[in-house]
Amino acid sequence: MTGTGVGEALVTLTDVSAGYGNTHVLHDINFAVREDQFTGILGPSGAGKTTMLRLLLGSLKPQSGTITRAPKLAVSYVPQLETVDWNFPITVFECVLMSRTARRILPWATPGEKADVASVLERLGIGDLAHRHIRELSGGQQQRMFLARALLRKPAMLLLDEPTSGVDFSTRHDVLHLLADLHEDGMSIVLTTHDLNGMAAHLPHLVCVNHHVVASGTPQEVITPEVLEGTFGARMEVLQHLGVPVVVDDSRAAG
Amino acid sequence: MTSILEPLQFAFFQKGLLVAALSGALLGFIGVYIVLRGMSYIGHGLSHAIFGGFAAMQLFAAELYVVGAGFWGVLSAISITAVARRSRVGADAAIGVITTASFALGVALFAKFGTSGPSFENALFGSILGISAAQIWGLVGVSLLTVAVVFLRYRVLLFTTFDPDVAQASGVRVARVEALLMIILSLAILATLTVIGVTLVAAMLVIPAVIARMLTNSFGRMLALSTGIGALCGLVGMYLSYYASVPSGTMIVLVGAAVFLVVLSITGARGLRRTAGLDSHRESVGTAR
Repeated sequence: MTGTGVGEALVTLTDVSAGYGNTHVLHDINFAVREDQFTGILGPSGAGKTTMLRLLLGSLKPQSGTITRAPKLAVSYVPQLETVDWNFPITVFECVLMSRTARRILPWATPGEKADVASVLERLGIGDLAHRHIRELSGGQQQRMFLARALLRKPAMLLLDEPTSGVDFSTRHDVLHLLADLHEDGMSIVLTTHDLNGMAAHLPHLVCVNHHVVASGTPQEVITPEVLEGTFGARMEVLQHLGVPVVVDDSRAAG
Repeated sequence: MTSILEPLQFAFFQKGLLVAALSGALLGFIGVYIVLRGMSYIGHGLSHAIFGGFAAMQLFAAELYVVGAGFWGVLSAISITAVARRSRVGADAAIGVITTASFALGVALFAKFGTSGPSFENALFGSILGISAAQIWGLVGVSLLTVAVVFLRYRVLLFTTFDPDVAQASGVRVARVEALLMIILSLAILATLTVIGVTLVAAMLVIPAVIARMLTNSFGRMLALSTGIGALCGLVGMYLSYYASVPSGTMIVLVGAAVFLVVLSITGARGLRRTAGLDSHRESVGTAR
């Protein structure tokens, strides 16, 4: 698997412009998510990363252009950790079970649902935390719980909003490996990030966005001083370390 | 013992106790969703808006004024949601404008034309006098409807309360669920208005739910506890109002506040920590910018 997407297109954005009210956030976006794709949408704050995620998700309609999606496409979305109230009175099990909302009418879980939740929690290494209150989890465990909830829907495409924002180094490492495993299993993954060295450089495919698509390709192709300047508006130096690009501030340029 | 049983010999008091307990239970039950959604102010605003409908519909709809006021309440609820969703005005400002205008209209109509139903003071602070069989059946009906809706839409209500953005992304029609909750809330306020009173309904939506939250980390148990605490406050408050000769609503709320203080002294900082975030207004991918 290459991660750059070689299979059927799941969602295709053609000449899409999008925004809110009279404000345009994204212009002329041409981008497709295919089977076998593992893409990071890279850009600074306010560049339109989240707007792009919303377009893929279908929660935002384009102002112009067209979006086509594969029939009966199952999409799961993992929000940023800080978007929910962690004091909310539910356990890990109850949170993960929420994914089954559409299929069931009665409040309680069936034995089959209990087994499914236990299995997905086990897979993500938090099987023993099922009956803990969500506040009692560490940042990494909370991220795994959200992933478990997303995976319970058995999605073909997984969208994640800044999955490593605000988590420590080891959690970031864990999340990255977890996502790589899911991609190995055949899931298409698109995430947003502004973390160049910790996240973007380790992904198979990147799309650099700053209100329009500045560049797309492998990290080796797009993590260059020119593309980064076009994306972030600042000059940066790119070094190579064990075949992975490493970005450092260009202090001479800053000076 | 005789003095405790004394008020029970009166039929009006028996009805009052039943209605107070059921009102407390109903508001406690719905209050869990209102409090966890950070919508406490909506309960406050909506009860004031319904007061306007209450007064206006007594003039225009005669015996059917309760039905008219119900429509008024539902309309107010839906307008609040729509204004808050579609415009740059925040939910709190939208509620402030729509509900206080409706309340002012009610006060003006009361002052100008009087009322054929409850007095101005009774409508504001609650009374057990003049509770009709129709009101009791109305309250029972709204309670059954609420329990049925929550039972059948339990998972959707829980999902949209905890994480509306992901619920939306998972195919849940969040706006429809919100509207359903608003309709149920309007009907509950209307059904409990005469006993608890306009100004105090909001307190009974919030107090039992907050107390329940301080006592448990489980959503299911919070629902059960809040309902029980609401019923208990209604019952004890109604009883005490008989002896203290004060409006029933005020005493019910005071009992709720006393229970809150007792629970706070027992659970201390742990209980308070659990209630942190109840006023949070969350924004993310699904609905906000």
